Amino acid sequence: MSIRQTYRMRLHRKRLLIRAFRKRSELRCIMDRTQVIKKSDILAFVTLRNERVRLPFFLRYYREMGVHHFIFVDNGSDDGSVDYLKRQPDVSLWATDASYKRARFGMDWMNHLLRRYGTGHWCLTVDPDEFFVYPFCDTRPIEALTDWMDTYGIRAFPAMLLDMYPKGPIDAEPYHEGQNPFDIACWFDSGNYVISKNPQFQNLWIQGGPRARNFFSDAPGKAPSLNKVPLIRWDRSYAYVSSTHMALPRGLNMVYDEWGGERASGCLLHAKFLSPLSAKVAEELKRKQHFAGSREYRAYSDTLSQQSDLWCKWSEKYINWRQLEILGLMSKGNWA
Amino acid sequence: MSIGFIMMCHTALHRAAQVARYWATSGAPVVIHVDKRVHADDYADLTASLSDLDNVSFSARFTCEWGTWSLVAASQAAAEMMLEKHPDANHVCLTSGSCLPLRPVEELQAYLAQHPWTDFIESVTTSEVGWTQGGLDMERFTLRFPFSWRKHRKLFDKYVRLQRTVGFSRRIPPGLIPHMGSQWWCLTRQTLTAILEEPERKVYDSYFRKVWIPDESYFQTLARLYSTKIESRSLTLSKFDFQGKPHTFYDDHLQLLRRSDCFIARKIWPKADRLYATFLRARDTAPTIAEPNPQKIDRLFSKAVARRNKGRPGLYMQSRFPVRDHENGKTSSPFSIFQGFTDLFENFEGWLSKYVGARVHGHLFGPERVAFSGGEAVFNGCLTDSAALRDYDARAFLTSVIWNSRGERQCFMSSPRDTQDINWFTATDPNAQISVISGAWAIPLFNSSDNFSVIRKEAARLQKLELAHLDILQSMYVKARVRIWSLADFVENPMEPLQTIVDEISPRSARRLTEAPQMVPLEGFGQFLQNLKNQGMQPQLMGDFPTTGELKPYSSRRGRPYLVK
Repeated sequence: MSIRQTYRMRLHRKRLLIRAFRKRSELRCIMDRTQVIKKSDILAFVTLRNERVRLPFFLRYYREMGVHHFIFVDNGSDDGSVDYLKRQPDVSLWATDASYKRARFGMDWMNHLLRRYGTGHWCLTVDPDEFFVYPFCDTRPIEALTDWMDTYGIRAFPAMLLDMYPKGPIDAEPYHEGQNPFDIACWFDSGNYVISKNPQFQNLWIQGGPRARNFFSDAPGKAPSLNKVPLIRWDRSYAYVSSTHMALPRGLNMVYDEWGGERASGCLLHAKFLSPLSAKVAEELKRKQHFAGSREYRAYSDTLSQQSDLWCKWSEKYINWRQLEILGLMSKGNWA
Repeated sequence: MSIGFIMMCHTALHRAAQVARYWATSGAPVVIHVDKRVHADDYADLTASLSDLDNVSFSARFTCEWGTWSLVAASQAAAEMMLEKHPDANHVCLTSGSCLPLRPVEELQAYLAQHPWTDFIESVTTSEVGWTQGGLDMERFTLRFPFSWRKHRKLFDKYVRLQRTVGFSRRIPPGLIPHMGSQWWCLTRQTLTAILEEPERKVYDSYFRKVWIPDESYFQTLARLYSTKIESRSLTLSKFDFQGKPHTFYDDHLQLLRRSDCFIARKIWPKADRLYATFLRARDTAPTIAEPNPQKIDRLFSKAVARRNKGRPGLYMQSRFPVRDHENGKTSSPFSIFQGFTDLFENFEGWLSKYVGARVHGHLFGPERVAFSGGEAVFNGCLTDSAALRDYDARAFLTSVIWNSRGERQCFMSSPRDTQDINWFTATDPNAQISVISGAWAIPLFNSSDNFSVIRKEAARLQKLELAHLDILQSMYVKARVRIWSLADFVENPMEPLQTIVDEISPRSARRLTEAPQMVPLEGFGQFLQNLKNQGMQPQLMGDFPTTGELKPYSSRRGRPYLVK
């Protein structure tokens, strides 16, 4: 890395932080319980819009994992999400009606709150449809992982986005409140991912899975990115660049081994392909608030109208993290 | 008689208190050293919580920094206190605050009673240890280390290098032979007294004060001077990984720890409630005298370290993305590529799958689509037959095919008509077996009914591609098993090369090929090549085809020439 490039990255990071600071005025505090956060607590940061039906399971999943406090930004929900979250004892809630897109898909809000409340904590930044899985997550709380990373001085933990889908039409089986989404959407693609290195931010760019296979088979380069670094021991100088795909400083993105070894990594099970998807796709197309002119949503609406089954005969049925480890989607590294 | 425990604590004091209470109530005296950096309130809480036990005492506090003399000084002070306050303690065991006794004190006492004059201390000469950090072993004893390794790594390294160039060397006090080992020991009263009351102690102490990581060498070296019998192993189960950090035990290691029959384990995650609850519970089973048996745990941790250092060969994923030539296995298992065979033989795939126990695909890198075996549209791991997806990253496609079908050998066809992006990758992969019939791509052109000028153009293009590929296959970097025949040579005697390839793919079947694959008719092929020449294109790769007349017809019964019948 030349000094010039390093300096440019530094400017980029500062710009993101200033931008986040400026965008703080868009956030309206609804419920501030941040004073109960203790020094060693693990925090979750979430942006949402109209996810009321998914919230009970989401909160239960992460509470059981050992997340101590949730910081939500509500982007104009009208389905009762706000009222529901206000009643939760471990949730602090901000709301905004400003543009999701112009807040860089919510990341400006997240960066501001992360800097303000996340500094010094292990912070998990996820969407309401992302469920974090790490090695030994069935027997060890997330604190075991973060303590282990602390002893090694590891600052960031990677978790690839793993798209989960049901067998048959996506809207066939309705999702009930409180239900485990992976009772319905329990299938995934195990081995059709492509990886390249992003020389600018030093992160790996991962694409593939059912979305590349079904919606982007003639334009694979436009398939969505699946690489994520959702768990970071936050510092006030850090900033997420694009969703949680990459962060600055670049060291946070270097979560992989380049000399043949394996570092520890996890997965984010992505419960996106779950009813009611068609309604959501229609709404998001109207709002036009998503990445790259919502091309992902356009591709969904084009393809889903004709053929809505993502399942194929080589789809794997999800069992547990050990299965993902054996398949080579995640790794224990040297954690035993 | 009893055994005394010294505990070195700096974090998770409530756990240390639990363990101290367990030992003390079993009749074993405990001396606790608490790091001076621990907050006074926490220290007060700890002393208060153990104040009801009269055989627990607290030694003078030192600020303990890793790798420095302070750790030795602290354990000396604690050991002196132990020897003075508890004259009945005839073994003294050094432990840490994150240690957990796996077996009752009575069992440890019985075990020590069987070895009354034995010191359990790992103590090896510097030439025999392989685990030292930073490559420093003997130099720990002969150089000076004024800079902290943790805080000022660069200065530390630079100063070491400077001393090496200058040729600086400290004098080791006469009589000392440097030994190293795990810092968790169990010494007899006699040995420990001798070390602490040594008339030369001042000399030794001032020497070790400047040795690097003296807690791994002070007692280990001095014990050699006085001990009558050293068992060079630690009674504390403590495993270090490749970065010199101790492995941690969690609740899910319960059965493993229980079956290991070790006496003490380090280090336990402070929030492993189940481990603490299980092992600190009073047990009513009769004491057993089993030898510690940590092999299973050793295996678990050495596997973890291998996973971190070597990884799984042929796997490319979010936390393993090796740079070129550091893959430690470019692909996960052996595979075979056949170039030109489908042009020369009819239904070669069908024939091959009869003779080898392997999955035989068509042209995986074909221009229109991926020809998976059996014409399937999707393959293991949800790889689809879309050529666009495949060509987006052909290398990832190939490694995924091989990785997704671990346990089954993959064979596939290729041709200069296919995507050529993987040629360097496969040529440098020791797992690849590449067989090429050069020039066979001309046969479909020979059979085609296209305009001859189109054919000539296409022939020139394909020849260029194949020449480039053969250049790669004949370069000095090749790691694959490469075999190249010209078309003429292969047509003349196809069975022998085929037998060699098949034997290599499934060596155990050792079956003679009984039936040759059906060759496409080649009458007039020589003339076709001549026509190409006449049109100004020089076919170079087919070997010598006579322009007129036929090639010698081959016989399928032609045996191996080296076999005497």
